[in-house]
Amino acid sequence: MKKGLSDRQKQTRSGYLFLIFPIIIFGIFTIFPMFFALFISFYDWNLLIPDKPFVGLANYIELFQDEVFLIATKNTIIYALGVVPVQTILSLFLAFLMNQKLPGRGFFRLAFYLPAVTASVVTSTIFIWIYSKPGLLNYLLSLAGINGTDWLTNPNTALLSIMALNVWSTSGYFMITFLAGLQNIPASVYEAAKIDGASAWTQFWKITFPLVRPVTYFVVVLSLIGCFQVFDQVFIMSQGGPVNSTTTMSFFVYINSFKYFRLGYGAASAIILAMIIYFVTVVQKRYFPPEPY
Amino acid sequence: MKKIRLSKIFFWLLLVGMTFIYMGPFLFSLSISLNAEQDVFQWPIKLIPQKWTFKNYIQIWEDLPFGRWLTNSLIISIIQTISNVFFSSLAGFAFARLRFPGRNFFFSLFMASLMIPGIILLIPKFIVLNEFHLINTYSGIILPGLVSVVNIFLMKQFFETIPKALEEAALIDGCSYFKIYWKIFLPISKPALAAVAIYTFQGSWNEFMWTVIVTTTSDMFTLPVGMNFLKNEFLVNWPLLMAGTILISLPTLVIFIVFQRYFVQGVGTSGLKE
Repeated sequence: MKKGLSDRQKQTRSGYLFLIFPIIIFGIFTIFPMFFALFISFYDWNLLIPDKPFVGLANYIELFQDEVFLIATKNTIIYALGVVPVQTILSLFLAFLMNQKLPGRGFFRLAFYLPAVTASVVTSTIFIWIYSKPGLLNYLLSLAGINGTDWLTNPNTALLSIMALNVWSTSGYFMITFLAGLQNIPASVYEAAKIDGASAWTQFWKITFPLVRPVTYFVVVLSLIGCFQVFDQVFIMSQGGPVNSTTTMSFFVYINSFKYFRLGYGAASAIILAMIIYFVTVVQKRYFPPEPY
Repeated sequence: MKKIRLSKIFFWLLLVGMTFIYMGPFLFSLSISLNAEQDVFQWPIKLIPQKWTFKNYIQIWEDLPFGRWLTNSLIISIIQTISNVFFSSLAGFAFARLRFPGRNFFFSLFMASLMIPGIILLIPKFIVLNEFHLINTYSGIILPGLVSVVNIFLMKQFFETIPKALEEAALIDGCSYFKIYWKIFLPISKPALAAVAIYTFQGSWNEFMWTVIVTTTSDMFTLPVGMNFLKNEFLVNWPLLMAGTILISLPTLVIFIVFQRYFVQGVGTSGLKE
């Protein structure tokens, strides 16, 4: 028996000892940066210039007069509003398919999940080829007698193309999330419905959909947060072009911070993006809560 | 009777069609990577190469710093995976099993940090690392990802399902809490630990944005960032590029196939619980 240390003291000592490393890492790389981001957004903080004057709200005021920022905001909202619903419905549908008893289920699940475990640089590179003028998409369209365009250099289709890629690449991930939720629904519920003569379609809308509502909420939140911060695909496929038609807010933050080295300005735009994300999740929680009233 | 058969045919057509949409792009990139001709943009497209070769897979090692990037990717992913498995299970144990002042405060703080979009942390993280001259070093790439809140939460959730009786005997014997964690909890937590390891490795292996920001010379690139660099340099050589994309995807693909069940399990225990 050790002297002097009660179990309570032992627990406290061990508790902090076990947590000290995560606390330090979070302190340096999450908690401090959060406040520091706000702080530097009030400064003209250029990486290359030692003098970093306080400018008050000047960065924010400049943002609202910056045409590129406004375009980026618009693009980001279009992106999220387009991708989130399609992705959510598609992944729920895939999960519904995968929840049926069918031969080769493991293979199909692998197929749908494959894009989600693959690096964004891989899927983006493959899709640059698919979307190019002599690429696969136009080839398939030509078989149907449709004359395609150069999808990523056409300002009208570039953003849409990246949105489609995102739906394709992430829906498998959310499928797995939905699948976990579906497997919690007792089979007896479906059996009862079948006895009552409900079709597969009715079962989907009347049983599956309402019962996975908490999962849907979770998926929509994650999907929204991800979409609002989309970066990799834009950086790899289009660099924001053509004529800013694919410049998203994250890409705007990156360009201003790490290409023009205007870290204060970049931080201010990141803060606005964070505020939009916060606002959207609050609205979602208010109007589309995980549990119906 | 006829109606059932029709819907069954429709179901399978749909399933096969979907499978083709999800797997097709990978199969085509595999086909291009094996194409002996450099000019793959022939019209109409040949889905299967007429002359095929493995030379692109050899050339990528010989002509490009692929080996160097692979080494970087492995070092970074392995260190982050080991660190996450150890520290998030240790922290998860503390939150699940120990009672101490400040426990709820720290747990809420950790959970609240999940609400912060990563994008606002990028710039300050960069400035901090720049102050310590860690830009373009392994430390700079690795440090911020050594432990993650999601993993801590996952481990805490898992440990809470373990019955108390298991550790009580050990406590009476005077075992330290670390010993209880190490000798009793870890050995029975393999599924959760595997889930943490798999998710961390996969995320680390595929990480793009942070590595782009924090690396400045090509010798520090990881595979994804190196591939993107290649794409800009060698956009004409699609077979070579596609060989690279196939090689990058292999580890995560193999891990997924081998540990498939842990993927579903991981998501199942990670906060979807009501």
